[in-house]
Amino acid sequence: MPIQLTIDGKPVSIEDGASLMLAAQQAGVDTPVICYHEATTPNGLCRQCVVEVEGWRVLAPACITSAAEGMVVHTASERVTRARRTILEMLNASMDLSEAPAIQQQMDEYKADRKRFPGAHRRSQPLLDDNPFYVRDYDKCLMCWRCVQACGDDLQFTYALSTGGRGYESHIATFFDAPMTETTCVFCGNCVAVCPTNALVSKTEIFMSRGLDYDAIRREKRKQRRAEKKEFSDD
Amino acid sequence: MAAETEDLSPHLPSYLEEDLLPAEHSDAPFEQYLAAVSPRGRTMLLPALLEAQRRYNYISSDTATQIGRSLNVPLADVTGVIEFYSMLTTEPTARSVIRVCVSPVCTMFGSHDVAKSLVHALGTTLGEPTADGEYFVEEVQCLGLCERAPAVLVGERPIGQTTPDVIAELIKRPPDPPSGLIRTGTRLLTSRLGKISPTNLDDYQNSEGLLGLKEALALSPIEVIEKIRSSGLMGRGGAAFPTGIKWESAAKASGESKYIICNADESEPGTFKDRTLMEEDPFSILEGLLIAGYAVGATIGYFYIRGEYPRAQQIVGEAIDTLRKTGLLGKGILGRDFNFDIEVRSGGGAYICGEETALFESIEGKRGFPRIKPPFPTTSGLFGMPTVINNVETFANVPLILRIGPEEYRKFGTDKSPGPRLFCISGDVFMPGLFEITEPLTLKDLIFKHAGGAKMGRKIQAVLLGGAAGKFVPPDQLDVRLTFEDTRAAGLSLGSGVVMVFDETRDLRQVLLDLGHFFAHESCGKCYPCQLGTQRQLEVLERLATGTLIPGDRERLNDVGWTMTDASLCGLGQTAALAVLSAIEHWPQMFE
Repeated sequence: MPIQLTIDGKPVSIEDGASLMLAAQQAGVDTPVICYHEATTPNGLCRQCVVEVEGWRVLAPACITSAAEGMVVHTASERVTRARRTILEMLNASMDLSEAPAIQQQMDEYKADRKRFPGAHRRSQPLLDDNPFYVRDYDKCLMCWRCVQACGDDLQFTYALSTGGRGYESHIATFFDAPMTETTCVFCGNCVAVCPTNALVSKTEIFMSRGLDYDAIRREKRKQRRAEKKEFSDD
Repeated sequence: MAAETEDLSPHLPSYLEEDLLPAEHSDAPFEQYLAAVSPRGRTMLLPALLEAQRRYNYISSDTATQIGRSLNVPLADVTGVIEFYSMLTTEPTARSVIRVCVSPVCTMFGSHDVAKSLVHALGTTLGEPTADGEYFVEEVQCLGLCERAPAVLVGERPIGQTTPDVIAELIKRPPDPPSGLIRTGTRLLTSRLGKISPTNLDDYQNSEGLLGLKEALALSPIEVIEKIRSSGLMGRGGAAFPTGIKWESAAKASGESKYIICNADESEPGTFKDRTLMEEDPFSILEGLLIAGYAVGATIGYFYIRGEYPRAQQIVGEAIDTLRKTGLLGKGILGRDFNFDIEVRSGGGAYICGEETALFESIEGKRGFPRIKPPFPTTSGLFGMPTVINNVETFANVPLILRIGPEEYRKFGTDKSPGPRLFCISGDVFMPGLFEITEPLTLKDLIFKHAGGAKMGRKIQAVLLGGAAGKFVPPDQLDVRLTFEDTRAAGLSLGSGVVMVFDETRDLRQVLLDLGHFFAHESCGKCYPCQLGTQRQLEVLERLATGTLIPGDRERLNDVGWTMTDASLCGLGQTAALAVLSAIEHWPQMFE
């Protein structure tokens, strides 16, 4: 049974149980998201998709809030805009968003001041290059949890990753900081595929961005291997 | 659920089915302990980690591997859980961990100086074990001893009202633990406090104990719920949800099993009422759980007590043992077809676990992240089953209601805020302590008539009502009556009954900084507004306290504060800026 609600003044009819995000889409309203990805279970972390529902005390995350009969929803109210802009400004003060074009675009759209929080303590972690397939540059991690979900119950059931730390110092963790090669990781690449900020990036992609084509990358590796072999045979 | 686990759910305390007491504090080898708990799986993760921490003073990767393997928990998740809880460490601490409270009240009574003096005397620094591996000193958030500030916890021994001069001597021979400062007139909830031997069941029965349970068992479960409903009891943990409605909803919900949980993760700075009740009258709370179990149709209760309350854990544990031995817990209670048992769980140092769904996650062996609601606990709570979770004080009201009847109960308080209510007064008053209030009275009367007003003829500068998650009340607005309806109308909240008083000599900017530290430390990090906002708020408050504000800081606090209030996932983030925002409202000039 479809239900009726109002979004930004427009009447919307949608299947009972559908999210407000879907309902907004039907009203022609795009909802900005950071953590949301269709391959992973929505957790309502980033709150960038919040909307104002009349009569509600707090804003509602559109990705996980079910549309209900008679709801009156505003997606561009002052409260909504302030929350979205401030979340972007706080995030930008915490980490490196240079390789997250979708978020850069949101910052323009919401007129976020990129220098809103002078002197803010940035989360900083060393770049981790511990396996042949991908590097982990957690300065660019915004804790969307997608990699943990892809590694776990949502896709791969490998459980090599967890969230670690707490609060502002939250981060992606392996068991006692073990390198990926010493974890249960099967190098499926699903975590790399769902990362929104290039915090996880495949090495092939890095070499390609340095002007090498795929064949050149493969050749170079063979050459290296041959060189190593030769070294051994010389002994 | 698989056939072989039909009778014995892995979540069931084993002693319900056999005579195996939990091995938590036995001195058997760790392997033996793990073997005993491993059939229960992941729910034993936090207990096992706390046990390893207790035995080895830290958790090595070998120990963590051992625990993960035996409880069938992915190793990455073991690390995730260790890093979430403040009391678990992967680096060695020491035989005796000394925790100095640095929440607002203890700070203003000099706890930072106490910590400094202590590490100096021990020849170490904060967070570093002494060379002999004997002591490890750290500063922690509220220890719940606010009426005896400044407070220190030495291992499992609390010390109150200490000073920099004596602390180094005191830790070697901690004095007897301080008893609660109970200062009340009419005594209903507090009638036994300080008057009986807390774990003596005869004492309890000789002072009208168990009459509520007997009355309840003479009624049908529906009739019991009706009594609670008509009493008008509302939750005393801060959210003030009607208890009867909660019970009714869980009773009606379907589920293979149902759970009763006592939320004793009392961590709101300024709150010590639940600790006092647990330490001085544990049976009254347990009687409340039993009645709830009968009313809702639950057979298992969990009593989740914060890790910083070792004494309360011990006393509640003893009281539970006594009830088991006398057949008041177990099977066929009081000759009725009613089975119920209660298991104590310790927190691991995380304020967020007082949030009900985060507490479920914690019992399930996960990081204490609050869940998205709905679904609500009454239909899908602990292990996805219908669950009633109430605060300690709420449970303590239950036997009273059954014993004296809802009509008599409603004679106390007001029509919309029925029953007695506990208040925790701390800070700059003549008589800090626990107050039981049975008649509507104003904040001013509570502070001046009951708690003796400010010390040494000083003026009161501000009152923080409701704890860190509450709001400041300026001295000209103290006429508000302490009821749900009056405080709500005034835009305030009673919260967990915290009244923190600051006299004219205090620097409120320092108090705000302490609150900022508290929330930044306790944010779980799940949703962005709180994870980022508590840090950004702290950074501005640091400038405020050091007199280095930069242009736009008031607007920054407003934007960050309202974003947290409006957009956070749970009550922690939604209240993490209320005190700051109220200070901006009352004292705008302080932020210029």
